[in-house]
Amino acid sequence: MKVLVPVKRVVDYNVKVRVKPDQSGVDLANVKMSMNPFDEIAVEEAVRLKEAGTVEEIVVVSIGPEKAQDQIRQALAMGADRGLLITAEGEVESLAVAKLLKAVCEEEKPDVVLLGKQAIDDDRNQTGQMLAALMGWSQGTFASKVEKDGDKLHVTREVDGGLQTIALSLPAVVTTDLRLNEPRYASLPNIMKAKKKPLDKKAASEFGVDLTPRLETLKVTEPPKREAGIKVESVEELVDKLKNEAGVL
Amino acid sequence: MTALVIAEHDGEHLSDATAKTVTAATKLGGDVHVLVAGPDAIAQAASKLGGVTKVLHAGDDAYAKQLAEPMAALIVGLAGDYDAILAPAGTDGKNFLPRVAALLDVMQISAITGVEGPDTFLRPIYAGNAVATVKSSDAKKVITVQATAFEAPSGEGSAPVEPVGEGVELPSVSDFVAEELTHSDRPELQGAKIVISGGRALGSTENFEEYIFPIADKIGAAVGASRAAVDAGYVPNDYQVGQTGKVVAPDLYIAVGISGAIQHLAGMKDSKVIVAINKDEEAPIFSVADYGLVADLFEALPKLKDALGA
Repeated sequence: MKVLVPVKRVVDYNVKVRVKPDQSGVDLANVKMSMNPFDEIAVEEAVRLKEAGTVEEIVVVSIGPEKAQDQIRQALAMGADRGLLITAEGEVESLAVAKLLKAVCEEEKPDVVLLGKQAIDDDRNQTGQMLAALMGWSQGTFASKVEKDGDKLHVTREVDGGLQTIALSLPAVVTTDLRLNEPRYASLPNIMKAKKKPLDKKAASEFGVDLTPRLETLKVTEPPKREAGIKVESVEELVDKLKNEAGVL
Repeated sequence: MTALVIAEHDGEHLSDATAKTVTAATKLGGDVHVLVAGPDAIAQAASKLGGVTKVLHAGDDAYAKQLAEPMAALIVGLAGDYDAILAPAGTDGKNFLPRVAALLDVMQISAITGVEGPDTFLRPIYAGNAVATVKSSDAKKVITVQATAFEAPSGEGSAPVEPVGEGVELPSVSDFVAEELTHSDRPELQGAKIVISGGRALGSTENFEEYIFPIADKIGAAVGASRAAVDAGYVPNDYQVGQTGKVVAPDLYIAVGISGAIQHLAGMKDSKVIVAINKDEEAPIFSVADYGLVADLFEALPKLKDALGA
């Protein structure tokens, strides 16, 4: 099988972002950027499928600024075969991303597209589903297990009530959840080797996709602040406060 | 202006989140219809929700497991009559609604927590560290709703139920194979008035059973967990509270042995009263807790169980 793994460059998950005083957005100047953690899980899964002999080729694609090639290089160092950077300045909404990925799918013809269930910056959780819709392909979201079974892909999904397993006809789009795997760290020799792997570059404008945002961000504000309360000295005091002060027991 | 709410259910019960999503839909300012793709009893339950003027019922077995491909085909077929389509932001809605949005060439507005007007919405970004006010220019709105941010509608309705879904061409690219559902007699996590959650400090499944569950049962609480506790396998995945797990907002949230990573706080910081029990007095969880107790959980929890008395 051939696998396409879209990855997104996002604010590192350890960073606590600050809202800009003029409410135009969050302050991203001099903030550490990383690969979206869910996409990292997708790269790892693709590499494991390749190591198991199920997958022959892994192509990584990122849509974003020039610097997104850092994230593509990281994926190549983890074991992907080649990369494609689609350069675009400013925010590209999920629907436009899905349309660009559709164009990539039509050219690359992957059997499976593996990507994170959501990006930890805009928390939208929709790109994979949108791509599946545009391609008319099946989708397996929030995957905690992915197995090839004959000409089907069995995906176990993390759902509200527990776990659900579905069988998908190929080609398919699979989005990853946290429990799918633990991504590896790229070794130094692999990081060096990754520098020699092919990485193509195209501009988003070459694809003939309308990138005009449909959503306008009017403002970005701080969430209501919660003040720290008090420390109680004992379990007895805690229960007393909950019963008599807060009235929640 | 008419909105269609896609009902969320587990095959037996209409979810509390569906009722709250109806409230969000009502705020758009027009009629609200509900689509139930499932058993007739659930359509009947939906018809009694306050503010609902019509229920559409698709009873075909193809929708029983709410798989994305048939659900999207059904909803897209009905979309022409509606200005807005909403679903609770549970794992079902998050699965099929973006598929609907793309088929309608609409940019979905995900997990809204407020309605400012018919085209303007609030939604948390960056794990809830910021709130964006977004205005949609799409003619049709496709929206998932963070149900905990809305109250259930008041009053009781008696909406007519109309069958739909005849002749929808259903894609056959996916099949249900199996499910492994967590069975519990405790309240459902997202609707519970009290939630007690455990973190990695619990150390094992046995300790959850010995220290957390008896207290939950005593006070009628649902049990939640941090990502670390779920990753370690102490409790099933559907216990996870946080940015990418479940979002809860109970009257009382008790966090035990949870340090309070921003991703966890994103899932519980709208709770009315927060209690933190942690032996590390520097733990970030204390910065959002109304009542903090610095203590070893293995000593504090048995005392808490006793103090809760009969």
